[in-house]
Amino acid sequence: MGAIQPRVGEPVSDELALVQAARAGDVGAFEELVRRYDRNIFRIAQHITQNREDAEDVVQDAFFKAYSNLNQFQGQSKFYTWLVRIAVNEALMKLRRRRPERTVSLDEDVKTEDDTVPREVADWSPNPEQQYTQAELREILDRTIHGLPASFRTVFVLRDVEGLSTEETAEALDLSIPAVKSRLLRARLQLRSRLSKYFQRHEKANERQKPGSGDHQS
Amino acid sequence: MKCSEFLQELTDYLDGVIDANTKAELEEHLSWCHNCYVVCDTTKKTIEIYRDSHLYELPEDLRGRLRSAIVSKCQARKKAGPEGA
Repeated sequence: MGAIQPRVGEPVSDELALVQAARAGDVGAFEELVRRYDRNIFRIAQHITQNREDAEDVVQDAFFKAYSNLNQFQGQSKFYTWLVRIAVNEALMKLRRRRPERTVSLDEDVKTEDDTVPREVADWSPNPEQQYTQAELREILDRTIHGLPASFRTVFVLRDVEGLSTEETAEALDLSIPAVKSRLLRARLQLRSRLSKYFQRHEKANERQKPGSGDHQS
Repeated sequence: MKCSEFLQELTDYLDGVIDANTKAELEEHLSWCHNCYVVCDTTKKTIEIYRDSHLYELPEDLRGRLRSAIVSKCQARKKAGPEGA
């Protein structure tokens, strides 16, 4: 079983030039940076806030805050990592405002039952996502990730959806590398466990897959 | 290697950042432990499904509106000077 293939990142060679131009007052250069990353920032914001309007606000506020503080950007990290850090903070503030009854912190490190291998693990159908329409699948994925603690889904979205490295994620979230790895493992296992309900193999006569195509039964 | 030890290494294994000896031990475990094989395989699928899901795509019309709003605020900020905004 091979490792997962990382998402290939955008070329960033001209990025520092755009940042420098924007810092010197070229709003057009900053607009190019917005074009480059607005989709990513929206996705991250919606994953954290779980709310469309909040995500829209986060995109606007994060980019404006970045523009206003460009002179604070040191250039030691990538612009994108710095921007993500700003956006994550904005998104967490939104979440805290919306759910004041719950403490929302990236330091949250929740122990769960998913941390151990269950005795009986049901295998999934060969192409589980194909059992559902695109809309149904999105609904399942949305509902499933919604149930994770904010600290877990933030790490998961940065590492596994956006393809940041462990080091970049740690930098963007101000967490240690072991903390990122621990949360990532738990996020992955919890999502896997919760998705199993929808994707597990059913040994039924009317199953779409060919009978006998699987040699391991649950 | 026990299942719990396998699980601790799962993230590094899936990310392909693991030394050759540990990788060989993990794969030996996978060769006979069906539960861990399934957990490993379906965790990998979980990641791939989320990565390829196009969840929370930014619609083009909204994207245009957000960008215009950002650019307007940046221009106003520029006009107001470094102390403004």
